[in-house]
Amino acid sequence: MEVIKIKGTDDTPDIILDKDNDIFEISGRSLPEDVTTFYEPILNWLDDYAEEANEKTVFAFKLVYFNTASSKLILDILMKLEEMHENGKEILIKWYFPEDDEDMEEAGEEYADIVDIPFEQVSYTL
Amino acid sequence: MDKNNVKGFLEFVYDFYRSMKAHEITLVYEGEITHQITKAFTSLTESNMAKDSESNNVQKKVFHVMVECLQNISKHADAFGTDNFLFAGRGIFMVSKSKSGYHVTTGNVIENNKIDELTKMLDNINSLDKEGLKELYKTQMKEGHLSDKGGAGLGFIDIARKTGNKLEFHFLPIDEESSFFLLTSSISRNV
Repeated sequence: MEVIKIKGTDDTPDIILDKDNDIFEISGRSLPEDVTTFYEPILNWLDDYAEEANEKTVFAFKLVYFNTASSKLILDILMKLEEMHENGKEILIKWYFPEDDEDMEEAGEEYADIVDIPFEQVSYTL
Repeated sequence: MDKNNVKGFLEFVYDFYRSMKAHEITLVYEGEITHQITKAFTSLTESNMAKDSESNNVQKKVFHVMVECLQNISKHADAFGTDNFLFAGRGIFMVSKSKSGYHVTTGNVIENNKIDELTKMLDNINSLDKEGLKELYKTQMKEGHLSDKGGAGLGFIDIARKTGNKLEFHFLPIDEESSFFLLTSSISRNV
């Protein structure tokens, strides 16, 4: 399967989606000019991945900032993963937050409340 | 410009400068708000705050509020009026500083028929406490759809949550069809 590797900028996140090497990660800052266009390839990739998903998928979010428009797209990604989980695949979300960043920690808790997937909060030092 | 006009203009510039100082306005802009402008303003303000050794927490909140406010203007400022006055996605954007914190003010033209809905939405946000805002945000994220302009109706809720302060807003009538919508969000320094 095609590998998605997007290098982050000051307003878009780093993204790696690599089925063969088991790497699924979104990190950095997310406030793209056009969120829908930016995240469309990611959502499409996940649709394809759902057809042939690995037995276990650990999906990591390691964001330092995202705007409200991105928050909706992050939920869309989580809902695709939730669907895979419902279809019997093992999914684990790892939500990384800088240890002093309560807002980012809380954002993770909120997503965990909304979607029904195993969710792990991981704090780290910047 | 003839001599009198030049003098008038110079006085205007000086008064403008003094009044900016008096209100401790650190940034003011009128015009089209684009993504590039948003990026330039946020990074300028970030580096100014860093120079002033502002706490990370305050810096982060100011950044959040600025992004959401600027995006509100670029996505929602209405396009109408005469050619030389009002344009889509334009507005005024101001950041001011005081002892208590930072204030981000935006002003843009909106159609009068949107005032009721906007007032209801903002009053509702202002009536909610921390928990209530959290629930509203979650509901809106789940049920709200991205409009074709990319708005998710989450910006105001996010500002209220991040600042912990009420949103101050006013509508100044322009004519029968339009009004000027002013919104000030305050980020307190001691939270």
